Amino acid sequence: MKKAMHTIAVCALIGATAASSAISINDASANPVTPDKVKVVDGKIKTPLTNKPGNAADGKNWFANRKLGNCLACHVNQDMSSKPFHGEIGPAVNAVATRYSPAQLRAILVDAKSVFGDQTIMPGFYKVDPGQRVAKKFKGKTILSGQQVEDIIAYLLTLKK
Amino acid sequence: MKGTAKTKALSALFAVTMLSATSIFYMQVVKAGDSLKDDGLPSGISKVKVKPATDDGPLDEIISGWHFRSKETKNLQQDDFENPGYLWVEQGEELWATKDGSKGKSCKSCHDDPAKSMKGVGANMPKWDAKLKRPLTLEQRVNTCRTQGLGAKEWKWESREMLSMTAFIRNLSRGMPMNVQADGPMKPWVEKGKNIYYTRVGQLNMSCSNCHEDNYGKNIRADHLSQGQSNGFPTYRLKWQKIGSLHRRFKGCMKNIRATPYKPGSDEFVALEIYLSQRGKGLEIETPAVRN
Ligand code: HEC
Ligand code: HEC
Repeated sequence: MKKAMHTIAVCALIGATAASSAISINDASANPVTPDKVKVVDGKIKTPLTNKPGNAADGKNWFANRKLGNCLACHVNQDMSSKPFHGEIGPAVNAVATRYSPAQLRAILVDAKSVFGDQTIMPGFYKVDPGQRVAKKFKGKTILSGQQVEDIIAYLLTLKK
Repeated sequence: MKGTAKTKALSALFAVTMLSATSIFYMQVVKAGDSLKDDGLPSGISKVKVKPATDDGPLDEIISGWHFRSKETKNLQQDDFENPGYLWVEQGEELWATKDGSKGKSCKSCHDDPAKSMKGVGANMPKWDAKLKRPLTLEQRVNTCRTQGLGAKEWKWESREMLSMTAFIRNLSRGMPMNVQADGPMKPWVEKGKNIYYTRVGQLNMSCSNCHEDNYGKNIRADHLSQGQSNGFPTYRLKWQKIGSLHRRFKGCMKNIRATPYKPGSDEFVALEIYLSQRGKGLEIETPAVRN
């Protein structure tokens, strides 16, 4: 009936409740900069978080994945126009590479507050326990791994139009 | 009717097949507005968008969550004969007159005709209890009556019985403006709730206000953000395939931002409920609302 349709279209929230926490932030070889060591200077983080260059194709996946970046929850992205349900909370990321340098994008992703101010709704994706009462299974963990952040940056840098 | 009341696990399909039966009973329970307006609610609850009665609220206008839903979902709520929430309203009516507990009484023994004794009650809860020196939500009031009045066991917060009874009682205030006391002894509770509302929590580090005050009217992925008002609860959610309490909704929103939720019935959620009733003061009760 009608209902089945509703339920499919319905329940996309920002983080899936049943998200697995398969994110490892302790992969020392690929991920030498731990969250507490990352410093934002003038809205930039110049040094990559890992030694391995970001992979844009992976980054594209993390961008859309509801349990990882879920960036699409808040941002329209023309490059993903075949995917339904782009959020309207933040600005569209179309041509974002023409507006920001890699170092700026890194700062936005790691700690959006350090760039946009404390009031922003955009989460810090490479921060440990930013809010109070963090649920047990997410305690001590970042939303994305350092490598995933680098992958998303690589992907965003492909968005030139 | 008995068959319905005995139902324990309501599967999606079952709820759907029961709809037609519910509607017939419902005709005898509450007189539904028979003329539905185009995009409005049945007669008696047409005014779902009003200005706040008090001007110390943060919102310019207060808007029922109904306005943010799809046409199909709106219609499902509009039509009392299709609204699956009435299954619980009807079960609640049956429980009203069902004797329980050591004293051999039912709600009816003390309150008689619910259409008279309970009209408006749901619009004023949570309410200060002078004896207990604390506010009681509708659920807590029902349980106080059960233990003290009936000598019966408490119902669990999210049990079929509790959801049915609270849906039934709130439905008797349908169309009446939410009007919960905020001054006097209730004041510290309003403040506590407000504090929770604006505190960022969870791994996503968000507060209720980030979504329901700063961004209502916008899409967050597939969902259209409302003001997160409480006037429709208990609410039938298509996602749940059943009716659920306001505190269950709080829990869901907190889990989504990856925070540890408070417990249903906790002082924190009671305070949050009281504060929400202030934000939505003047909105009309829609119970049972239908949401996705
Ligand atoms: C909960 C909402 C939300 C989520 C999730 C989110 N963002 Fe944002 N983002 C915003 C908002 C809002 C802004 C605008 C800054 C402000 O006003 O606070 C923004 C700004 C940005 C900007 C700057 C855009 C510009 O043109 O100025 C970039 C780049 C960005 N986000 C990327 C991302 C990426 C990549 C992800 C996922 C890893 C993401 N965002 C997840 C809300 C979000
Ligand atoms: C990340 C965004 C987000 C946050 C933060 C959030 N909610 Fe929600 N909430 C939603 C969405 C999405 C819905 C479903 C659509 C709607 O009604 O807005 C919802 C629905 C609700 C509803 C049901 C409204 C109705 O009409 O049935 C209530 C009540 C509510 N939220 C209260 C809260 C409270 C209280 C908090 C803080 C503890 C909170 N929300 C935090 C996203 C959020």
